[in-house]
Amino acid sequence: MTTPLELSHFSAAVIFALCASVVFGITQKDSPKEMLSYGAYCFVLFVVGVIAAGWVMWLIKH
Amino acid sequence: MPQTEKTNVATPEGTKVAPAPQPFTAMFVIAPAVGWLVPGLGHVIQKRWIRGLLIAASVCTLFFLGLAMQGKVYSANTGDILDMLGFIGDIGAGGLYIVTKAVDAGQGAIHRAVADYGTKYIIAAGLLNIISAIDAYHIASGKKQ
Repeated sequence: MTTPLELSHFSAAVIFALCASVVFGITQKDSPKEMLSYGAYCFVLFVVGVIAAGWVMWLIKH
Repeated sequence: MPQTEKTNVATPEGTKVAPAPQPFTAMFVIAPAVGWLVPGLGHVIQKRWIRGLLIAASVCTLFFLGLAMQGKVYSANTGDILDMLGFIGDIGAGGLYIVTKAVDAGQGAIHRAVADYGTKYIIAAGLLNIISAIDAYHIASGKKQ
């Protein structure tokens, strides 16, 4: 049996953000320039959202 | 102007002209169908090479990383509502889902937190593939370039 892949919560979230942003950018906009900017926008929102949610959970715990 | 060249065209007055209806062709069905079966292929057969390859890379990366993390691949079921929704998400991956079930992979390891990430990766891959297949349909129908 192969060893299962071990990703940290953050790295898993960043990989997810990257893949989802690529698909969102391609499917939601018409021109390559718009696709690129929208994909980058989604990626930043994903990552900032993860960090913000992490701090909110830290504040709730403390 | 050929009908296939346009969607919403902004006029000098700022108003938008509704897209002209496209004649029905086999591509209306083939593009989303193959796009669902093989991620990105719906774009590739319409000569959107880069878009197709990026979609294939993104969906396959999520799906296979999910499997590598021992995520669960749901089977058709009538049990818990979340299990049914999980199946709907998974089936969106098309051929990837069919092959995975055929080789009996994706059994899941519920005692590991990372495996739960994997399960979500696999569901997300299926949902993103559905979005991509619909986009392939929009390209085929002329609603999008």
